[in-house]
Amino acid sequence: MSQKSEKLIDKKGLRLDGRKPDELRQIKIEVGVLSNADGSAYIEQGKNKILAAAFGPRELHPKHMALPDRTVLRCRYHMAPFSVQERKSPAPSRREIELSKVIRESIEPSIFLEYYPRTGIDIFIEVLQADGGTRCASITAASLALADAGIPMRDLVVACAAGKVDDTIVLDLMDTEDKIGTADVPVALMPNLNAITLLQMDGILTLEEFENAVNLAMEGCRKIYTLQKEALKTKYVDVKEVEE
Amino acid sequence: MPAYFEGRQLVTPGDLIAEDEYIAGENTYREDNKIYASRTGLVEYENKKVNVVALRAFYIPKLEDIVIGTVVEVGFNGWTVDINSPYQAILRASDVLSRPFKPQKDDLSQVLDAGDLVVAKIVAYDRTHDPQLTVGEPGLGKITRGEIVKITPTKIPRVIGRKGSMISMIKQETGCQIILGLNGVILITGKNLEDEQLAMMAIHKINEESHTSGLTDRINQMLKEEKKKREEIKNEPKI
Amino acid sequence: MSSVITRVKQKQIAQLIAKGKRLDGRGLTDYREIRVEQGIIERAEGSARVLLGRTEVMVGTKIEIGEPFLDTPNEGVLTVNAELVPLASSTFEPGPPDENSIELARIVDRGVRESKAIDLGKLCIEPGKKVFVVFVDVYVLNHDGNLIDASALASLAALLNTKMPDYEMEEGEARIKPGYTPLPMRRHPIAVTFAKINDKLVVDPWLEEEQVMDARLTIAIDDDGNVCAIQKGGSGYFAPKQVLEAAGIAAEKAEEMRKKLDW
Repeated sequence: MSQKSEKLIDKKGLRLDGRKPDELRQIKIEVGVLSNADGSAYIEQGKNKILAAAFGPRELHPKHMALPDRTVLRCRYHMAPFSVQERKSPAPSRREIELSKVIRESIEPSIFLEYYPRTGIDIFIEVLQADGGTRCASITAASLALADAGIPMRDLVVACAAGKVDDTIVLDLMDTEDKIGTADVPVALMPNLNAITLLQMDGILTLEEFENAVNLAMEGCRKIYTLQKEALKTKYVDVKEVEE
Repeated sequence: MPAYFEGRQLVTPGDLIAEDEYIAGENTYREDNKIYASRTGLVEYENKKVNVVALRAFYIPKLEDIVIGTVVEVGFNGWTVDINSPYQAILRASDVLSRPFKPQKDDLSQVLDAGDLVVAKIVAYDRTHDPQLTVGEPGLGKITRGEIVKITPTKIPRVIGRKGSMISMIKQETGCQIILGLNGVILITGKNLEDEQLAMMAIHKINEESHTSGLTDRINQMLKEEKKKREEIKNEPKI
Repeated sequence: MSSVITRVKQKQIAQLIAKGKRLDGRGLTDYREIRVEQGIIERAEGSARVLLGRTEVMVGTKIEIGEPFLDTPNEGVLTVNAELVPLASSTFEPGPPDENSIELARIVDRGVRESKAIDLGKLCIEPGKKVFVVFVDVYVLNHDGNLIDASALASLAALLNTKMPDYEMEEGEARIKPGYTPLPMRRHPIAVTFAKINDKLVVDPWLEEEQVMDARLTIAIDDDGNVCAIQKGGSGYFAPKQVLEAAGIAAEKAEEMRKKLDW
């Protein structure tokens, strides 16, 4: 089937971009980047560039969609036409619709839905440039956007994928590794509660490989979690240091 | 002693603050025996109660709160008012008009129109209904002049200061009248625009630095320096 | 009937499950009664109907000739679509596929595709130009819970029942000739779906269990006991331990299912 003439891991055990199997791509996170959104965050992970914005809680329109005892969370994951190699039509694809759903379901457990009845919270994710693992980076940014908006939550949600390429379990797959590799396992986690809120897998893994992949992905999640918290605190710590 | 953060330390949602005998206060929640932060902010202990003073939060209406809002819609028997909250508020015509209300004869937009500002009090609110306002008390009603500043509602106590020290100082230094809406909206009325802008500067600074100490003195300092600067500019010989 | 479940029933279900039992008497890892029929729609190249308890799903396959994808010029094309038709439930509305039917189709697709169930390489007619395209259309006829497992099972049964038209090459052009060959199938992936209720995992949730569950987890297993597709759904979460526990149970149940259906 897939001609694996291209080796994804070289003799020194390094991947196509020079990383070790358990190494994350370079990550840069900034919180509060959009002035019109109630909360926002921007993330760069490898070549991924993703913007997330949160609005609400606010009154839901149309009104009949509101629930009497809780807030309604809506999420839209969308890729810009120029975000991928071949121009992608701006119309929502089936993949974007599925991802919008699983991303929403990965974030919902972190929010106290019953605090704000009859309201809605909207999350908008725009992928400006994609290079594999966009759903994970999107979740990481979306959760920060909600925190930036001052929406109370149980914990931040952070996500990272692990997978298998060339018989090795690796962390944070980029696009080529995802396309040609043997398996991809995206995981979203609420680290303090040790709760998995997103879990998908495609490919073929033995039960043992699957366990290793999930554990590796969770380790990656925890590393990115520290970056998330730093990004949230940075806005305020800066000012504090100036005064001291 | 199972408390993992000290007072005035910065926490983010999900941080484990304390355990066991502590009580969960503002912007925290309890799961099993542990108390976690639910918002980003500074830890504050009130004996065994753990609060997080949120750096960013939105206003949830409370009975008896004084709020400042903008009329967004003129309805057939009242107005819809934006009070900077997830919930829009209602001001009934019967509350504003001193005589019985006749929908065929009275044109509500003559009394209050979209875009008007009001100072009001919350008289009704529960989980199933939008908050209801009244302007029928002294000090409440339509705002005709002044500048509006919006800050995060959680910082209003900081603007007030301990025993009102901060707000009195600002009023004195700027000579302005200041009404603090608990929904984070503040009305400043001064003798001229300059004085009003001075007060706005002070409030913006509080909004940004509310988590630092010695703020009252620094604001006092800043106001005195600004006023001096303006005096100097005024007294400069004109070329 | 309202689709809202009463609090009394919710408590009942949760209490029973805490004791290891379910409202319909099943054990926590038992499937409902399964009936599989194949070849019921003559006009389709392949078809099957699955009854999982009272959930009913029908799948029809159609084969056409089309262009391959650019990055796999020598392989046939598989495309899965699902319809949650309004007559299947008072909660299904007419209209284009919503997020639920899209998710359902993509989960079924993943299981079949990643396990390499169809030998897509044998579907090539003219490399880069003409291949067989397999359309799998999932039609949910009655929703009584666990549409995923029922749809995956019906899709597999329909594919096993599918006949490809025979063709011969005449002057570089493919011509359909009378006769059929069975669709080349190599694997039999089985999807096993769990619901998490009050922190316990139950296999094959029926409608009311789905209405009270915190979250669901679907794990597809191939003939060798490997995991080939996973999807967590719903707005709750799983502990890492539970995920691994579910994978183990799924492998067992998939094997049982294959034996039972003689696949």
